[in-house]
Amino acid sequence: MNKVLLIIQREYISRVRKKAFVVTVFLVPVLLLVMYAVMFLIYKNSSELNATRTVKVLDESGQFGSKLHNTSNIKFDSTSEPIAQARKDLKKHEDDILLYIPKNYAGIKSIQLLSEKKPNINVANAIERQLNDIATNNNMVARGIDTAQLRNIKSNISISAKEVTDTGDKESNIGALYIIGVAGAIIIYLSLFIYGAQVMRGVIEEKTSRIIEVIVSSVKPFQLMLGKIIGVALVSLTQFLAWIILSLVVSFIANKYFNAPQSPMLGVLEALKNVPFGYIISCFLFYFLTGFLLYSALFAAVGSAVDSESETQQFMFPITMPLLFTYLISVSFLAQNPDSSLAFWLSIIPFTAPVAMMVRLPFDPEPWQVGLSMFLMVVGFLFTTWVAARIYRVGILMYGKKASYKELVKWFFYKE
Amino acid sequence: MLSIRNIVKQYAGHRALDDVSLEVPAGQVFGLLGPNGAGKTSLIRIINQITAPDSGEIYFDGIKLNQSHIERIGYMPEERGLYKKMAIGEQIVYLARLKGLSNAEATRRIKNWFEKLEIQDWWNKKVEELSKGMQQKAQFVATVLHEPDLIILDEPFSGFDPGNAEIIKNEILELNQKGATILFSTHRMESVEEMCTSIALIHKSHKVLDGRIKDIRNSYRDETYLIEYTGNKLELNGSEPFSMLGETYTDDTHTLRLKLNEGATSNQVLQYLIPQVSVNRLQEVIPSVNEIFIQKTK
Repeated sequence: MNKVLLIIQREYISRVRKKAFVVTVFLVPVLLLVMYAVMFLIYKNSSELNATRTVKVLDESGQFGSKLHNTSNIKFDSTSEPIAQARKDLKKHEDDILLYIPKNYAGIKSIQLLSEKKPNINVANAIERQLNDIATNNNMVARGIDTAQLRNIKSNISISAKEVTDTGDKESNIGALYIIGVAGAIIIYLSLFIYGAQVMRGVIEEKTSRIIEVIVSSVKPFQLMLGKIIGVALVSLTQFLAWIILSLVVSFIANKYFNAPQSPMLGVLEALKNVPFGYIISCFLFYFLTGFLLYSALFAAVGSAVDSESETQQFMFPITMPLLFTYLISVSFLAQNPDSSLAFWLSIIPFTAPVAMMVRLPFDPEPWQVGLSMFLMVVGFLFTTWVAARIYRVGILMYGKKASYKELVKWFFYKE
Repeated sequence: MLSIRNIVKQYAGHRALDDVSLEVPAGQVFGLLGPNGAGKTSLIRIINQITAPDSGEIYFDGIKLNQSHIERIGYMPEERGLYKKMAIGEQIVYLARLKGLSNAEATRRIKNWFEKLEIQDWWNKKVEELSKGMQQKAQFVATVLHEPDLIILDEPFSGFDPGNAEIIKNEILELNQKGATILFSTHRMESVEEMCTSIALIHKSHKVLDGRIKDIRNSYRDETYLIEYTGNKLELNGSEPFSMLGETYTDDTHTLRLKLNEGATSNQVLQYLIPQVSVNRLQEVIPSVNEIFIQKTK
């Protein structure tokens, strides 16, 4: 056991010392900081957008003028100046906008919105919508349709999604849950492969540098494999932990300096507050860890069977297929149907569960499903570790032999 | 030191070792010989407990081989290597700690070895910065650092230039004098005759020969003699006590290879020759290990 600790120590230290590791640890919080800064800028900008603009209406047709109504950021003001004069006035009041409706307004682009400063799209859209409503209304009246009755017929429904829980109904923001689920799935998918590949590369390095035989004369191959896997797992946990802590620090700083109470992103952040982050992060760590143990054991077996990284392709594809499939449908299908039977099965099968369950978790799957999935994850990684170790112990000592699947099966059945 | 009994190792498709038994006495330099693919490395891996035999047993100092013996064995495989990106000193400490040494003890001993081999300034160098010969020296230090009772070297001199090979050879012999048993496999016969006290020859998964070199060579004597003489060419009349194997003539000297007839002695040969020619030299031809090797592995 002492020897496994030594191996873990070497694997861990040699990786954590690398520049690439240190850079990635700090890169993510920096990106987060940038995100906060961008949010802050968006907020500042949007407060400018919301400033009230005065729109002078020059209505030569006489159909609209009185029917336009002010909104929160548009103030209509009718004028009867001739168009040439009105244009001149714009020069003086550069914040003003001139809405010019000619006598024959039905032609394409005959109604004009003029201003010194470019009118923003929201204002233009709002005016356009009002004009259309008025014109439609006018047309209906002209054809003898009772608009009051029509208004009663039109329905105006807006859904309020509420989750029924023991503690009372709770506002649920489906968009936010979707984002969390998909983000968790993406992070787990990427890190499984990034760190799994590190294990594989480590095995290949030991094999090609031929140090493997020196080491297995001191420790059992299984101890070496285990030490390597645990070492890399600790590296990844260090990275996640560093990210979580640094992100909290960054968020704290950002809240202090970019304090933006009315930011549009705040709605999303508010919705996130209802998500049990502690629970999701714990589940994330569990699924990452068991998923990592499951896959990295297989990756180690692949590494032991080849002489160089370029040969790994033929084995990597079938191993990564289930997870890749789950990952690909996670955004399009799983996150939209988190309670479908496909989502259920994918989140139970250990090979796909880390990604599938991460998508489902924010939608509160039934506890027995999570429990079963976790139990099977443990069974799954014990199983793949056992299989992988049997291939690994033979593979690491086979130099210059191109391994086929048949070969791997043979290795598996070798006695010690 | 080592008693290897009836080892069988079967790989899919072929039998690497078939009922091999060997005794390696303590304190010897023991040569394990055999052509490529004979099963030497398979046997060495079994002794190192890297793989297990299908049947048969190995006893280490009379005790059945087990995990506790790992720390008493030092092994330098034929396919050797070190972590390329790791500093040499740190790396040897790591390997020594896997063999059970403490950090401090390993560091102290490495410093001594580095001084001895005059490579003190290597400590922080990465392996990839060293030449192949330098790497091998470092590897040798890693092999013997935990002062094993049994040192197993698979083709120890391959890859060394003659100068470094000499240094390593002397280190091996010195360790042997200090009490370590050396087991090394090679197909370089010069080093065998120079260093080994005993050998075993493995061929096609079987042990075909083993024992002390002197005894083996003597047992392969076949009454062949080498004679140098000057004077007229020897005429044979059928009454001579030997049969001719070959004759060459250079610089006024005839060289004769002959085989004694059944029951004849070298004195009888001389008695036959002396009246006819002037004999400069008579020497019994004892086959070299190399000749025995070639003969047994034909």
